[in-house]
Amino acid sequence: MNTNKQLLSKAKIVVVGNGMVGHHFVEEMAKNSDYQITVLSAESRLAYDRVHLSEYFGGKTAEDLAMTTPEHYDELGVTFKTNAKVIKIDKVAKCVTTESGATYHYDKLILATGSYPFVPPIPGKDQDHCLVYRTIDDLEDIANSAKVSKVGVVIGGGLLGLEAANAIKQLGLQTHVVEFAPQLMGVQIDGGGGRLLKSKIEELGVQVHTSKATNVIEKGDSCRYKLCFNDGSELETDLILFSAGIRPYDNLAREFDLAIGERGGIVVNNQCQTSDVDIYAIGECALWNNFIFGLVAPGYAMAKVAAKHIGGVTGTNGELAEFTGADMSTKLKLMGVEVGSIGDAHGKTEGSLTYTYENQPEGVYKKIVVSSDKKTLLGAVLIGDTSDYDTLLQYMLNAIELPEAPEGLILPMAADKPTLGVDALPDTATICSCHNVTKGDIIAAIDCGAVDVGQVKSDTKAGSGCGGCAALVKSVADNEFEKRGLVVKKDICEHFAYSRKELFDIVSVEKIKTFDELLSSHGRGLGCEICKPVAASVLASVWNDYILKKPHLSLQDTNDTYLGNMQKDGTYSVVPRIAGGEITPDKLIVLGQVAKKYNLYTKITGGARVDLFGARVEQLPPIWQELIDAGFETGHAYGKSLRTVKSCVGSTWCRYGVQDSMSMAIDLEHRYKGLRAPHKIKFGVSGCTRECAEAQGKDIGIIATENGWNLFVGGNGGMKPRHGDLFATDLDDETLVKYIDRILMFYVQTGDRLQRTSVWLENLAGGLAYLQDVIMKDSLGITDALEEQMATIVGSYQCEWQTTLADPEALKRFQPFVNSDKGDSNIQFVTEREQIRPARDEEKIAVTIIDATEKEAVAEDA
Amino acid sequence: MTTTTNKTWRTICDSSDLVKDSGICALLADEAGNEEQIAIFHLPNSEEKIYAVGNYDPIGKANVLYRGIVGCIADEPVVASPLYKQHFSLKTGRCLQEEQSIAVYDIRIENEQVQVFY
Repeated sequence: MNTNKQLLSKAKIVVVGNGMVGHHFVEEMAKNSDYQITVLSAESRLAYDRVHLSEYFGGKTAEDLAMTTPEHYDELGVTFKTNAKVIKIDKVAKCVTTESGATYHYDKLILATGSYPFVPPIPGKDQDHCLVYRTIDDLEDIANSAKVSKVGVVIGGGLLGLEAANAIKQLGLQTHVVEFAPQLMGVQIDGGGGRLLKSKIEELGVQVHTSKATNVIEKGDSCRYKLCFNDGSELETDLILFSAGIRPYDNLAREFDLAIGERGGIVVNNQCQTSDVDIYAIGECALWNNFIFGLVAPGYAMAKVAAKHIGGVTGTNGELAEFTGADMSTKLKLMGVEVGSIGDAHGKTEGSLTYTYENQPEGVYKKIVVSSDKKTLLGAVLIGDTSDYDTLLQYMLNAIELPEAPEGLILPMAADKPTLGVDALPDTATICSCHNVTKGDIIAAIDCGAVDVGQVKSDTKAGSGCGGCAALVKSVADNEFEKRGLVVKKDICEHFAYSRKELFDIVSVEKIKTFDELLSSHGRGLGCEICKPVAASVLASVWNDYILKKPHLSLQDTNDTYLGNMQKDGTYSVVPRIAGGEITPDKLIVLGQVAKKYNLYTKITGGARVDLFGARVEQLPPIWQELIDAGFETGHAYGKSLRTVKSCVGSTWCRYGVQDSMSMAIDLEHRYKGLRAPHKIKFGVSGCTRECAEAQGKDIGIIATENGWNLFVGGNGGMKPRHGDLFATDLDDETLVKYIDRILMFYVQTGDRLQRTSVWLENLAGGLAYLQDVIMKDSLGITDALEEQMATIVGSYQCEWQTTLADPEALKRFQPFVNSDKGDSNIQFVTEREQIRPARDEEKIAVTIIDATEKEAVAEDA
Repeated sequence: MTTTTNKTWRTICDSSDLVKDSGICALLADEAGNEEQIAIFHLPNSEEKIYAVGNYDPIGKANVLYRGIVGCIADEPVVASPLYKQHFSLKTGRCLQEEQSIAVYDIRIENEQVQVFY
């Protein structure tokens, strides 16, 4: 089939603007492959998260805020152009033209041009350092200006203005907020709430000036500028940030004759169509029912409606998707102050009644607005404590009948408080308003197989907008799981109805020494590749037998069986231990000689040792014999056990070192080598606070201090980096080792299968404090036993390679064929950068028949 | 050209060469000199006790299956590929996770000799 032709026949949709709403439309529309979507964005970036814009100053990057990537749009088959401002719409020819003169034909045109910040017409407003707060570029301008400013003023005390104030405060400026109205956030909260909010914000060091109109911006005396107010007062400032509301970007529509509201905004109907039926407007540029929605959730709802209407998606009875307004309730944290506003916050509904609770000392203000019959909740204002927000919102949205004494909902008498269990919510209850996810949607996701909250979130998108509903999503999902009697199964596999920890207890308490014993007494079937290695690890942790001893041999993963790491072509890597990364020149030469003799690919690892790759099974014993003869021992790179202890040279060589980290690292590596654990374990030891060994990224991290050692636990690099938690400070050598003995053995006994210490620590009920109690205060009374068990393991260490080489029975396993002396002809190498690497399929020379289906083909060719 | 006509039971090794609950590998060659690697598993606690399948992992594309861990999944005896852990049935050769299969060979123990029919 001709793909080009297929593309040509697709209906064309052009989306002007790639803000959050425009992007949401693209995602919704792209679900339908009948359309060719083109996105034209005036900005240099694709869509990013404006709701969390202020986090840009908190260290988030433009990338963190990005909602999509060119690759993602490519995947969706969406064409996009950045820096492509549309300047012309030809409604008759149905095409748009960009600044550069490029023309795009459309069948349906979507205007998602958003809004721009309104700058009041104050003389002097157009000078340098007079800025707005809307895009990432604006933020960069603000940051640059802040570098040469001491004082900053935000004009406008609405929601965005306060966020902007927070941003410039974070940049270190002395911050003021100037508001024309008598209170802050007049749209969302009432006078009482506004007063409390003002005092809380001033406590945080931001000066608030209400009822102030700025007449003119003049040259300042002590600062760059001064604001002159209508009451004669003045305010000196270096930077001015306007945040006095938004205005819809409707100029295109205006210029090319689409209907525009009296005070701006592109007029749309319930399907988000403008006065031209093939042109839709969504988000902050659209005027619906004479109202502009300045929040993201209604914009998303419009995007969905438009996408459905274009795609011809109707309800079960053929009804059109409709936008019928949106709830403007909002919950947020402004400079650390919790603010919530629900529905009719001002009590404008006729006959409505209010209940108010105010606690000035603690800075809490709560008000609810109820209907005249006190049966339904109409609105609420919450300042300083929004813990009741979710419950109140559900009462309001679902018109749930209020309890006899509605004031109980906001009074701080926890015991009597009528709580609205998630069970009481109807299935239609909106849980996530950003993505319009209902309780029913969450239940449906669970019906379709979601087994945890994370999956529910990714399946429904609930909680991925503003995130305000995260806790509610979790409790709805958990409640549903509970109702289904779903307990997260801890069984390791179908053969054992036990967790790893339970198996550990069984093995140690019942003194079980082999897998067969364990299987016949506590399991079923033949076992599998999950339970066998777990049992092998547990048996090794408890008894520390040679892992290739007959009863254990068949339990080991191939890496443990062949005491090497299997590579993609079936060869193995050879990794001798180089404790602490310290190696004599003679030994280093031996490594080179062995690698050369056996033609092994050689690489220095991140763990400060040397890996030799490409050894065939039959080569492993002679290679290791040579290494052991030269004084090497196994490095356990193949085991779920201690890998490396990375170190700096410490006080011995380094000008800054305060302790001998090198000796400590070598001692620790030798102490714990061979210890089998739920997963691999890495250590780091740094000789001073400069932390050159990156110890905080290791399972066990040790950093030297003037007085001893600081011990960190649970660090990790890799897939999910995590800094270790500071466990104890200024330990002497003996205590340090004692604590590590206990921590490691506790981890070995209680960790889940393949659970690194980072995840183990995060999942320990009680976390770090609990672990500290167990290890340092002996809260479980087990530290002696832990130390004893560790002493047993340390005392029974053996180099597995040495044992293997001395055992002719074990060596038989390294012969590739039981009936032939040949090698595997499928293993082939080519040369790259003067070393070997596995040959790719197309580079291989066909030597042998390898599988049943290919057999015929090869035979015929021959 | 395959030599189907000359198939017969051929001795591979001694039964003492088998490793309990684990695999060994053997090289088969027909008269035309074509070679095949087979994985032989000894599961004394299972019904058939001994199984032979192709050693080539069609997913990992390497001759490694005899080094996989054996066991059972829902009572079906299987080997898990040591590379990417897919299960292959030792009875049918079918992969339990993907649309792939490996060859299965008739195998028996006669007078302490392990014999394969090929």
